[in-house]
Amino acid sequence: MDHQAPPFFKHGPSPLARFMFFAFLSLMLMALDARLNTLNSLRQALSVAITPLQRLANLPAELLDRTGNFFVTQGRLQSENTAFRQRQLVQAVQLQSMQATQGENAYLRKILGIHQRRGESMVTAEIIYTGRDPFSQKIIVDKGSNHKIQAGQPALDDVGVIGQVTRVYPFNSEVTLLTDKDQAVPVEIVRNGTRAIAFGHGQDGALELPFMAANADIQNGDTLVTSGIDGIYPTGLPVAVVSKIERNAAFAKITCTPSAGVNRHKQLLILIGEVRPVLPPIPVDPDSAKTADGKAPALKKRRN
Amino acid sequence: MHFAGSPELLRPASRKFILLTLVCGLLLNLLPWHGLALLFRPDFVALILLFWAIHEPRKLGFTAAWVAGLLMDISDGAAFGQHALAYVVGIYAAILLHRRIQRFTLWQQAAHVLPLLLLLQATMMLIRLFGGAASPGLGYFLSCLTGTVLWPAISQLFLLPQRGRQDTDPVYSTGHK
Repeated sequence: MDHQAPPFFKHGPSPLARFMFFAFLSLMLMALDARLNTLNSLRQALSVAITPLQRLANLPAELLDRTGNFFVTQGRLQSENTAFRQRQLVQAVQLQSMQATQGENAYLRKILGIHQRRGESMVTAEIIYTGRDPFSQKIIVDKGSNHKIQAGQPALDDVGVIGQVTRVYPFNSEVTLLTDKDQAVPVEIVRNGTRAIAFGHGQDGALELPFMAANADIQNGDTLVTSGIDGIYPTGLPVAVVSKIERNAAFAKITCTPSAGVNRHKQLLILIGEVRPVLPPIPVDPDSAKTADGKAPALKKRRN
Repeated sequence: MHFAGSPELLRPASRKFILLTLVCGLLLNLLPWHGLALLFRPDFVALILLFWAIHEPRKLGFTAAWVAGLLMDISDGAAFGQHALAYVVGIYAAILLHRRIQRFTLWQQAAHVLPLLLLLQATMMLIRLFGGAASPGLGYFLSCLTGTVLWPAISQLFLLPQRGRQDTDPVYSTGHK
């Protein structure tokens, strides 16, 4: 390209040089971001820069939604209201019995010396858009670090677990769905308490239970709930229902359908409270029991 | 018509206009697309970058493409640098070919743009596959087709401000007034 231009015109570096420079820069960024996680501040700054544009882009759909809401008929509102009232009544009764049960449970746990479960506080977030990246299953919600959201917190809907917050920006955050290929959630089968780990399947929106023996006690229609041993998800939230089992090889191939879904609602809940159970203190080495500090003996050991 | 071999004389595009079109492209990409629409959605930013790389290669630099790519990465939650690298590759190819492409009619240009868009998309796919992602299937390349179909329309639209009153092309002067 440059050979056609007379040499007395200034062009700056050749396209090839510029291409090499920017390609190298991109590769560096990729490596830094993927392997070292050092670029969070740059990500945050760019995300703040793009937030107004994002809000603007969502405006038409939002306006359409609102106009639609405005023309809802009186009759539909009334019937909805009645339904909600009935449901509220039923739930109020259930809540009363649950409070009693909770109190009883706390008392029993205290007697048994089991640690108390922490209370969980949550934030309602609205889905701004479902991720456009075809390689991963993510959604972007409208609450971020300004609302105390942190990476790692679980996201739920009224049925069960949706996924986990993986990236937090000041005004929004990214929730990776359970169906993402890299997402795993520890589960147990309600029927018999067998523990397993459910992995996302990627595109087709299913979950998989790998590494279960071919003769494992598991049936079609079994409900999987979070086991809570990871300290991230609280115990007992519905995750999936077993939909298909193939017992041909040494390990069974178990496919499950997730209970919750992002296609039904615009809102979801993010648990922001401390869900992590309090771990027992690290046992002190009997040889060096005199040092009260748990870390000192470990250091000494390394020196020997 | 825009005859092959005789590109019309155009006024230079202003930098402000280029920037405006890029912001519009970004907005279009950020619309809440999902499902089938998302599958067919052309990458507007890539299209617009290619357009300016072909028509004003001196004014649209790699820097703009790279920054636009980073913004796309952030908003998509993709690998950091994925769009940036793909756009830089696409722009480089477009700058190499720009003299050739300018000589063709709009649909012939579109036929040139298709491989450029495919190259861009393939770059992104390669990056993700290296990163260990599952292959999204051939549907991933559908957006290149819609982008190609949109090319003539986008070209017509963006060349409008540069066809001034001084346009001496008889067809255009009668068409415009």
